[in-house]
Amino acid sequence: MTDLSLSNQTLATRPAPPKEATAFRLPTQWIGVAPFFIFALMFLILPTLYLVVGAFQRGDGSFTLDNILQLVSDPSISSSYWVSIKISFWSAIIGAFAGLAIAIAIVRGGLPSWTRSATLTFSGVASNFAGLPLAFAFLATLGRVGIVTTLLRDVLNINIYAMGFNFLTTSGLIAVYLFFQIPLMVVIIVPAIDGLKKEWGEAAATLGATQSQYWRMVVIPVIWPSFLGTVILLFANAFGAIATAYAFAGPALNIVPIKLYSQINGDVLHNPQLGYAIAFGMIVITGLANVFYIWFRTRSERWLK
Amino acid sequence: MKSGKFWAWVVFIVGAAYFFIPLMATVEFSLRMRRGVHSFDAYQIVLGDARFQSTFLYSVIAAVFTIVLGVLIVVPAAYWIRLRLPQLRPIVEFITLLPLVIPAIVIVFGYIRMYGSNSPLPFLGSNMGANALLVIGYATLSLPYMYRAVDTGLRTIDVRTLTEAAQILGAGWGTIIGRVILPNVLIAVLSGAFLTFAIVIGEFTMASLLNRPAFGPYLQNIGANRAYEPAALAIIAFAITWGCMSLIQILSRFAPKSANRPN
Repeated sequence: MTDLSLSNQTLATRPAPPKEATAFRLPTQWIGVAPFFIFALMFLILPTLYLVVGAFQRGDGSFTLDNILQLVSDPSISSSYWVSIKISFWSAIIGAFAGLAIAIAIVRGGLPSWTRSATLTFSGVASNFAGLPLAFAFLATLGRVGIVTTLLRDVLNINIYAMGFNFLTTSGLIAVYLFFQIPLMVVIIVPAIDGLKKEWGEAAATLGATQSQYWRMVVIPVIWPSFLGTVILLFANAFGAIATAYAFAGPALNIVPIKLYSQINGDVLHNPQLGYAIAFGMIVITGLANVFYIWFRTRSERWLK
Repeated sequence: MKSGKFWAWVVFIVGAAYFFIPLMATVEFSLRMRRGVHSFDAYQIVLGDARFQSTFLYSVIAAVFTIVLGVLIVVPAAYWIRLRLPQLRPIVEFITLLPLVIPAIVIVFGYIRMYGSNSPLPFLGSNMGANALLVIGYATLSLPYMYRAVDTGLRTIDVRTLTEAAQILGAGWGTIIGRVILPNVLIAVLSGAFLTFAIVIGEFTMASLLNRPAFGPYLQNIGANRAYEPAALAIIAFAITWGCMSLIQILSRFAPKSANRPN
């Protein structure tokens, strides 16, 4: 008996040396991730916190809610928020449905396989083709002397500018933003549609489901979370975009990022604390959107493993 | 089913038209500089412009530094989390998603206020400091893409066995990461690098607010003052983006397909 317990003890002490070693190595345990965390803290988290705290302070550092309230009470600021939200919302919704339609067409539509690879390659490029060059492309196409504008005018006798078309309207910007929103949707949603297992369709058919029942009761519930999640990502994507709109109109356009841009550049509001509040408002809106995104994504990943 | 195929074609063709008409119109417009004939004048003027060359070079150098900085931060962290600290993964993934939540303009606004010339860390007090801050800002923007690319690469190799084998052969941590892990995830790192390059090369907001002579502010200036050159620049930018994406696709063919033992 005693022998056995002794040998047990020796066995039990066996793992001890590595344990000592890990205790000795404790600082190195963190050394691999330390640069990452220091970087994230210094250049991502603290600068953001600085603005968030500043949004609740007066110039002298005392606490106030005036800056935040001014976002609502100042009509030029609150309207810029509304315009931004409207543009982001509609470009996300339209982009999502158009992207979904294209994705379904190339994955399930029975098109030749080159359409799929061509669309995916192009979407990868176009979803990253934003900013100033995108604005230039649209100006060359639908600007006042753009190719399509002049073609419509000379050939079909349609003057789109006389009909009220303008890039600086909400709908004009939405049309332009779709150029990167739709491809982004395609890039994200195609893997989700690929994730629909063939067996599910066969199982549904075996159980006597019609095509529409299969779509309504299998496909849509499975795709829905990742679809909704992507809509929200598209929303945040459009909400922070500035360069494209800036190329059309410079600082004149009344959307939130441009408002903040002018505020940083020239302090047009004569109140840096208000700039903090505008930045805080942007974080709150995209932050809320992303909380939903993460939530939906984890829900959809359960099915698409 | 027949009608399904018909509608698939309709969707595909309408989508292709929406995306190709602006591109073709831009090409056409960029060739119209000389009255009455097609010419490459706009391209010649743009490519011959000394400011184009200097700003483009500046942005290329900034992109290279961004990629190096990104690799130095992301590869050790992603490796270490796979090997030793898997419990930190959710936190790190959350942090790498933050640049998608916080718009670039907000991040750079924070920099300007926090690292101004009379702050304890006066990045913006000197030219070099401001350049460094721009690279740092770009590395922050590329964090989500870089981390995901590297993490995907690490998933396909057996990190633990490779590390143990290297340790048995007497390698230190620097050797393990630099000469064992990095070469194995090189293709993933390069995909992240080209994506970073595509994002950084024409970036406008950060470069403009930090007052750097980068390609983005140059594009804005040309766009506001010229007629045909912006179209040529748009085509050049599209070609650069396309080039980066093609390189990623080509590289992905060389990537290892599956892990011997999933971690």
